[in-house]
Amino acid sequence: MRITCPHCGRRDVAEFTYQGDANRLRPDPASTDQAAWNAYVYDRVNTRGPHREFWQHSGGCRAHLAVERDTATHAILSVSYARDSDTARAGRRP
Amino acid sequence: MVEIASPLGTAFKPGRHGKPDGAPGVIVCERKPATIVQVAAFSGRETAVREALVKAAGLKLNGKPGAGVVNGSRAGFGVAPGRWLIADDKEGLAGSFAKAIAHEDGAVTRLTHGRSVFRIEGPRAEWVLAKLFAVDFSPEAFPVGDAVSTTHHDVFAAIQRVGENAFDLYVFRSFARSFFETLVRAGEEVGCEVKA
Repeated sequence: MRITCPHCGRRDVAEFTYQGDANRLRPDPASTDQAAWNAYVYDRVNTRGPHREFWQHSGGCRAHLAVERDTATHAILSVSYARDSDTARAGRRP
Repeated sequence: MVEIASPLGTAFKPGRHGKPDGAPGVIVCERKPATIVQVAAFSGRETAVREALVKAAGLKLNGKPGAGVVNGSRAGFGVAPGRWLIADDKEGLAGSFAKAIAHEDGAVTRLTHGRSVFRIEGPRAEWVLAKLFAVDFSPEAFPVGDAVSTTHHDVFAAIQRVGENAFDLYVFRSFARSFFETLVRAGEEVGCEVKA
């Protein structure tokens, strides 16, 4: 499995660190909505197929990346800087 | 100028290692630049910092990922988006960067004490490095001046091609001894000459 880092180019997955599901959004830190926090911490859709996730090129340029990966085939469908992802643009923390 | 100490200690064994006959396939030495400095740009200030850096260092760094320049005893290259590593055989460069780069544009970090630099050169340098790193070292993919940031078993390494058959490897100083032994071991197959 290889990931094409926007800065470094195509590299082995051993250089990257998985940073979690990119589909969830952290509730407002001031929120006391127990159900929302429970869903944020525990609920995962466990997708088969294309899945949005965060990775870090920890063994390279150390950039945080937003990757779309097919969980059934490990095909990497898209890679961009995490700062350009929908989550970041929404001004929310993953 | 202060004397630069090597972290290698007893791991540094000058002479021929491995294949004893014929010309050495690789020659390995420790370079001891008096300055290693990282310059990092804050978000959106990459161009301003790079231009200030080019002026202060006299190195024509373009903004392309991994692009670098070697100019005599001074070398520089991009290690990450908006981050450059500069090495010089003289002291004083970090101070001139600190003056040239505004506080609101970026940060200058002195790393001379934190990195060790090894040079590997020779006709089999590409072959030996390819044993250690999952990177294409062919001149087409990796021209002179260019650099990559990669790892060997979690030992971070920034590698710059400084000549047709020569590479400088920047590793964290605390890993220097272990990495140096691995490098020489990898070179034994083709005959590795460790030079003082």
